[in-house]
Amino acid sequence: MDTTRLIIVAVGGQGNLLASRVLGEAALLAGVPVRMSEIHGMAQRGGVVESAIVFGDAESTIISDGEADVLVGFEPSETLRAVNKCNSGTVAITNLSPVPPFTVAIGKGVYPELDKLRELIRAKTSKLIAFDAVELAKEAGNVLAVNMVLVGALIQTGILPLSAENVKETIRTKTKKAFTDVNLKAFDLGFSAAEKA
Amino acid sequence: MHKLLTEDPGQKMLLLGNEAIARGAIEAGVAFATTYPGTPSSEISLNLFQMSQESDLYFEYSTNEKVSLEVAAAAANSGVRTMCMMKHVGLNVAADPLMTLAYVGVTGGMVILTADDPFMFSSQNEQDNRYYGKLSGLPILEPSSVEEAKNMIPYAFDLSEKLKEPVLFRTTTRINHSTGIVTLGEMKPRVTKGDFVKNPMNYVTVPAVSRNLHVKLLENIEKALEIADKSEYNFTKGTGKLGIICNGVSYSYAVDGVKDLGIEDKVSILRIGFSHPMPENLIVNFLKGCEKVLIMEEGEPYMEEAVKAFAQEAGLTLPIKGKSEELFSRLYEFDPAMVRERIAKYFDVPCKPTVAADTSDVPEIPQRPPNLCAGCSHRATYYAVKKAAEGMETIYPTDIGCYTLGFLPPLGMGDFLVCMGSSVSTSCGFSKATDKKVISFIGDSTFFHSGITGLINAVYNNHNFTLVILDNGTTAMTGHQPNPGVDMSNFNLSGYGRVSIEEVVKGIGVEHLTIIKPYKLRKSIEAIKEALNYKGVSVIISQEMCTLYARSLKQLKDRSYYVSDKCKNHRDCINEIACPAFNLEGEKVTIDPVACVGCMVCAQICPENAILPIKKKTG
Ligand code: SF4
Ligand code: SF4
Repeated sequence: MDTTRLIIVAVGGQGNLLASRVLGEAALLAGVPVRMSEIHGMAQRGGVVESAIVFGDAESTIISDGEADVLVGFEPSETLRAVNKCNSGTVAITNLSPVPPFTVAIGKGVYPELDKLRELIRAKTSKLIAFDAVELAKEAGNVLAVNMVLVGALIQTGILPLSAENVKETIRTKTKKAFTDVNLKAFDLGFSAAEKA
Repeated sequence: MHKLLTEDPGQKMLLLGNEAIARGAIEAGVAFATTYPGTPSSEISLNLFQMSQESDLYFEYSTNEKVSLEVAAAAANSGVRTMCMMKHVGLNVAADPLMTLAYVGVTGGMVILTADDPFMFSSQNEQDNRYYGKLSGLPILEPSSVEEAKNMIPYAFDLSEKLKEPVLFRTTTRINHSTGIVTLGEMKPRVTKGDFVKNPMNYVTVPAVSRNLHVKLLENIEKALEIADKSEYNFTKGTGKLGIICNGVSYSYAVDGVKDLGIEDKVSILRIGFSHPMPENLIVNFLKGCEKVLIMEEGEPYMEEAVKAFAQEAGLTLPIKGKSEELFSRLYEFDPAMVRERIAKYFDVPCKPTVAADTSDVPEIPQRPPNLCAGCSHRATYYAVKKAAEGMETIYPTDIGCYTLGFLPPLGMGDFLVCMGSSVSTSCGFSKATDKKVISFIGDSTFFHSGITGLINAVYNNHNFTLVILDNGTTAMTGHQPNPGVDMSNFNLSGYGRVSIEEVVKGIGVEHLTIIKPYKLRKSIEAIKEALNYKGVSVIISQEMCTLYARSLKQLKDRSYYVSDKCKNHRDCINEIACPAFNLEGEKVTIDPVACVGCMVCAQICPENAILPIKKKTG
């Protein structure tokens, strides 16, 4: 089976660990070999959280620079920061709603301009899907569903060896019951946002 | 029921490496487990802690790794299967009992897990603990994947019982924090009680006894060597003449690299999973079938030294390389592309280099360093101490915990740190060797871990400094584990004692003790000033629960602050305390009402009194 490599970057608290968990469980359900790695630790202290997920026949759990087939960024400047994981064939998906790092507030750095950011990522990858996932999460009923919005967009690209039905089934069985409906709606909204992109 | 207690052999589960290890321990029938939490090992103990609450497994968070290992050693010498886990530097703390426990041995299976951290994702060094195998003479096992980690734990227990020695189980962050599909196995029943059979000539390590025990240890190493030579965890893959010897995660990168390069028929890989003692016969035979050999191991040239020595002994002259400028570094961690490229280079085969996106035209993206949480009490304490010490020339020794982050600007509180507990003892040295005012910081858990002995030293040797104990009622950094000062009813647990830091400090004989509530800034600053002016050892206990923890216990009041239009844009709030709830919207300072926990610290700093509570939220 071919190998597909996915990197997810987010800011602590954006729920990317749950997103990777859902994708991992969906792979298990679908009989797709899967391995992932993530750096925990300071996530809750506002740092960057990166997960790597490798689908298919490979032993490694981490992904080297330039070797991601897909990059999903939960925060625009973090997507740009992780662009070194991409190559000219990578598909990038990014939320466009910024969470400026604290360094910006204390005057140690300038937040990149969103248009410029999109242009840069687009130039370095084969395709960029960019939209305001927070807006869609709110529409689905909870800002915290940003992760499922982005999972929906990711599945729409068809790059992962996982079907939408599979992932939705996992959302139904593996995420908190109280959030299932919101999560599924978020997934669908993300899915159609990517269709339109 | 805890998912790791599932009785369904053959079921496949997606598990974090640390969950897989905990499951492996349960399958092995572990009945007694001790730890001091430390990343990247913490989730192993967290899971065992949870499972102990619904089974007869005994689990404890011990005060430090030395204590933890000693508690475990006694259980293992009562014939009970015992596991003791810690991060790599924790084994330094436990090294004293480790070295002699290796002489004494165990009667019940004992596994000591050390979680190494190449690249130092969350550690102060990246020491390679395989050398502890060599130093102590104990066997070492090292898994290469999450699934293997689970399966290797029962093997480790069996090995320990066969050799009557503890077994060191060495992981790295990329095992602990990787996730993979694991097939559940049978669970061996737990035997929770054993017996200690007296035998002072084996157990009381006076010189005359130890002289015999050392002989026994050396014999044991010989036995271990025989087992290592035949162990299923030391295996060869492929039959080519180009040899790779590797361990741990580098095995995964090697397998992927060889496949990507399309040289599977030319290469053979010897994977070492039982790495102390190094399987000499197996390695010599492997070398004999190779034209040249590449040794791939993160960290130190531990295997390389052994392999080269074996080759020399066997009169083999084939090229063997590992650590060198053009191949592998002793620094940091490996990655698949790097390994692939080095294999190609050493074996002289073509390799299509990966072309990563060129980032030279990407403007500098503002850094996102971790920061103390919004409303973290440490921020308040640091600010108060900084204000109280204004005008003094200070040195701030710090310690290990969330509060270490206080060394970053704008707080800038933290000047020296080497290990757990070092804040207190280094204060003794700084205050004698310089004329500066020494003010050190230590968290509650770290104080219990290894701050107390330093404080006794300070009182006894009559040192002159101020120690601030940041008591936030939990071990926050590693995920809110309890410690001896914690109210265990927060965990809905009873039957625990509770040690008062205040009583300990008084009992040690500290004559100047102050307790502050750091959110009350003005009062705190006054009290701190007084403590700073005291000649001798003064201790300040700053009491306020960790915000994140309070939030998880639902003990936070629902209240937050906002910046009213009285704001004149001095930005003292941002520039002095850097609470991450602050944002700049254009030129205007705002507070994120969701992030803000209403600690009121910024409101007390604002010279215009412009920061005000949001009127009671509805609902
Ligand atoms: S987890 Fe607790 S102690 Fe750590 S930074 Fe957050 S509030 Fe502070
Ligand atoms: S009250 Fe001020 S310092 Fe405290 S959490 Fe809110 S914004 Fe941060």
